Amino acid sequence: MKVGRFNWPLWVGLLLTLAGGFSFLLVFVWIPATRDFPWANLLIFLVAAVLLFVGIRRGFASDRRRPTLSKIVTSLVALFSFAFIALFIFSVFVFSRWLPPSTGAPHVGQKAPEFTLKDTTGRDVTLTQLLSEPVDGTPPKSVLLVFYRGYW
Amino acid sequence: MEKSRDSLKAAGVRPVAISIDSPEESRNLAQDQGYTFTILSDPNAEVIRRYDLVHAGAGESGKDIARPAEFLIDSTGTVRWVNLTENYMVRARPDQVLDAAKSIK
Repeated sequence: MKVGRFNWPLWVGLLLTLAGGFSFLLVFVWIPATRDFPWANLLIFLVAAVLLFVGIRRGFASDRRRPTLSKIVTSLVALFSFAFIALFIFSVFVFSRWLPPSTGAPHVGQKAPEFTLKDTTGRDVTLTQLLSEPVDGTPPKSVLLVFYRGYW
Repeated sequence: MEKSRDSLKAAGVRPVAISIDSPEESRNLAQDQGYTFTILSDPNAEVIRRYDLVHAGAGESGKDIARPAEFLIDSTGTVRWVNLTENYMVRARPDQVLDAAKSIK
């Protein structure tokens, strides 16, 4: 290995790590196949990890021009990258499963509890209305209630 | 959901979204995203509680919000299909809903 050479595997590894995380939020989360299981991101992280390991070996090589500085920078970049990957995996596979059990939620065959809520125009709407009021002239066969976390 | 609007409509399904967001917040969301389905506001999570879907303290500044869940209800008010995800990243797919909707006459 040549003295003082730019440690590209380390920096490309860092970039790929960040790309792997942010691409999930920006792109893959919108595609069901990659949102339900982020295989594309795990693949990017795998490549990043390989590059980081190569980068660590280079950074700790004895023939660096400034060995101490090289070791410090390498350690920090590698530590940050692996922490980022760990955080990503934790949020996707562990944190997102922390949901309450909801054992009392209506089951198939039960009557759905009636409710009255305001729509976006401030009008009170009941479940009975939703089930019976026509949509474009024809009454709906069914209502799909979608509870979501909200945009805050 | 907006993307599958036509296929849902063809199957006679009226989609309705419910969260703790205020009517104003939901109106802005619908305008920004071009949503045309009904969005209902449950600011104090009363209906969310009635359906046992409270995710306590998971919202902004520790507010109680709804965990993601979908219910298909027929015209008699009976639940015909439920999806309670175990991972909030994983949501129901339109084809799952449509399969259930097609069994409703």
